[in-house]
Amino acid sequence: MFISPARPLALTLCLSASLAALSVPARAADGEAIIQKGGANPAAMPCMSCHGADGKGMAAGGFPRLAGLPEAYIAKQLADFKAGRRENPLMQPIAQALDAAEAAAVAMAYAALPKVQVKAGPLERPKEGSGAWLALRGAWDRNIPECTLCHGPAGVGVGDAFPPLAGQSAEYIEAQLRAWRASPARLAGKKGKAVAAVPPTRRNDPNGLMQHIAADLSEAEIKAVSAYFAGLGETTEPLDASQHRLR
Amino acid sequence: MTTTLRRLTAALLPLLAAHAMAADSPRNARLDDQTQLPKAPARPAGKAYFQPPAEADIPNNAYGDLVRRGQDLFMNTRALAPEYVGNEMNCVNCHIDRGRKANSAPLWAAYTMYPAFRKKNNKVNTFVERMQGCFQFSMNGKAPAADSEVLAALTAYAYWMSGGVPIGKVQPGRGFDEPPPPRGGYDIARGQQVYEKQCALCHGDDGAGRKVGATSVFPPLWGKDSYNWGAGMHRINTAAGFIQHNMPLGRGETLSDQEAWDVAAYINAHERPQDPPPGQWRHR
Ligand code: HEC
Ligand code: HEC
Ligand code: HEC
Ligand code: HEC
Repeated sequence: MFISPARPLALTLCLSASLAALSVPARAADGEAIIQKGGANPAAMPCMSCHGADGKGMAAGGFPRLAGLPEAYIAKQLADFKAGRRENPLMQPIAQALDAAEAAAVAMAYAALPKVQVKAGPLERPKEGSGAWLALRGAWDRNIPECTLCHGPAGVGVGDAFPPLAGQSAEYIEAQLRAWRASPARLAGKKGKAVAAVPPTRRNDPNGLMQHIAADLSEAEIKAVSAYFAGLGETTEPLDASQHRLR
Repeated sequence: MTTTLRRLTAALLPLLAAHAMAADSPRNARLDDQTQLPKAPARPAGKAYFQPPAEADIPNNAYGDLVRRGQDLFMNTRALAPEYVGNEMNCVNCHIDRGRKANSAPLWAAYTMYPAFRKKNNKVNTFVERMQGCFQFSMNGKAPAADSEVLAALTAYAYWMSGGVPIGKVQPGRGFDEPPPPRGGYDIARGQQVYEKQCALCHGDDGAGRKVGATSVFPPLWGKDSYNWGAGMHRINTAAGFIQHNMPLGRGETLSDQEAWDVAAYINAHERPQDPPPGQWRHR
């Protein structure tokens, strides 16, 4: 979980509280208005207070980019938070406070913002053991396909079901991998005190496609692969769609 | 799938199924290149499959450059050798993990088995001819000449990967380790259910796969951009072997043999290119 250091939580709570006080109830499901002023229920705080004025998120708080994510993916995540298939103390109450029409409208509004674009680079030759290696080659001895095989070349996302990893911060990517990974209980022994098992707090991946991958990554691999995608950056140059992306 | 399409498919399925079964047996002489590989021995309990050399072991000289070029071609066939590829496929789509994964017809298990004598046509087939077969059928394209740069690079890549494998000794993990035919036969309607639950998310309701810009990400399973009638993957048992071991992506060996056969039959019951007529192949 990203809020383990207490500071960002306290900070966001007072930030959001002041913004929530300013907010006027939105009219019938206007996505733009929900982003800026929050939903009809004051518990549905303005999205931009955490997800940024441009919708590109805020790395320090672990707040993800929403701009340009697929509409169906955003709607699914809101439903998953609401149903508890994805647990998060900040996002769950917000998702619960949005009604169905509001959730649909805000998903549409964020999907309409610019999608993340990454420059098509030359053929990459990653070093074995690096974050780039996991991203581009995988770890097939553990049945881990290269991340880009599902998340698209340069992690720009594929269709509605496979969200972009490019454009997200390392903090957020790490938090999601840990949320899926969970950790088994450890008995007390030479290595230290007994540790209780932590069940996954994100259990919403279709057909378990993502969970087993996170569960089999080491802590060092999580850090390395997250840094790789966070480091891809973003380009504003228009992309030539006829250009092949090489593996 | 729209309801009309669903109804249409339902009406066509018996017809298509008959065609798919016919493809189980070679239809013409050219099919010989894609005849089924002999069954590989099982992996002895507790023993690992052969471990091909690591990428870092590719030497930094002219030979190493050729090996790397072979790997690039293997992964980006459509983009780097478009004159020989008539669909939206790359070699790596069926030979997973850059041709390294056991039970995905890995190159390390293949290279040392050629030249191979085939009783059936009384002919000795070379490794290059085997790859030419995949270009013609799996890639629905035109085979590069035996002495072409493309086949020289792909051969170097396979040769490098098989370093340490004894010549002529069949390795466990070769081919696709086809599961035996299910007792009660296979069922295309059941296969459709498996497909909708486990495969459509990536390969699409229409089997056309999914692209990002010009680049195919999830390869097509049927339709004009997929493998053709003469391809090895068009045999239901071979597709069942590939699917059982390698699909859904990253979750191989979770489907039962029955499910793998059913869904393989469903996939191969759809329209796809016929063999490209010799000499008449054209690049789209
Ligand atoms: C108080 C801060 C805060 C506010 C306000 C907020 N969010 Fe979030 N949001 C988060 C955090 C934190 C996460 C990451 C949760 C996690 O780690 O699982 C998140 C995640 C999400 C995600 C998942 C994104 C992904 O890539 O999977 C969606 C969708 C989302 N928020 C939508 C909204 C919408 C819509 C609003 C406005 C109605 C909103 N959020 C307001 C903090 C906030
Ligand atoms: C077999 C396909 C597959 C592969 C391979 C894969 N993922 Fe995923 N991943 C998914 C799916 C599907 C989702 C969306 C789950 C959902 O609906 O919430 C996802 C979501 C994620 C998310 C959450 C994104 C967000 O906006 O909340 C992260 C982070 C992630 N994957 C990281 C990775 C990394 C790192 C790798 C490589 C080590 C990887 N994935 C490989 C299928 C895959
Ligand atoms: C549509 C899937 C598909 C694609 C794409 C494909 N192949 Fe194959 N390949 C097969 C099948 C099926 C076999 C036969 C395996 C069997 O019969 O068990 C095979 C066999 C082979 C073999 C012989 C394996 C052995 O153990 O003897 C080689 C070598 C090979 N392919 C190379 C290639 C190359 C090079 C490419 C790209 C130009 C390619 N393949 C593209 C499906 C494919
Ligand atoms: C998470 C996405 C995903 C799912 C789910 C999935 N596949 Fe695939 N499939 C792929 C990718 C990606 C490849 C190509 C692998 C590569 O290029 O490294 C592939 C390759 C294939 C191929 C060989 C290439 C071709 O186009 O003919 C077949 C056959 C296949 N899949 C069948 C299936 C079947 C049947 C299922 C359901 C049981 C399934 N797949 C589920 C992503 C997926």
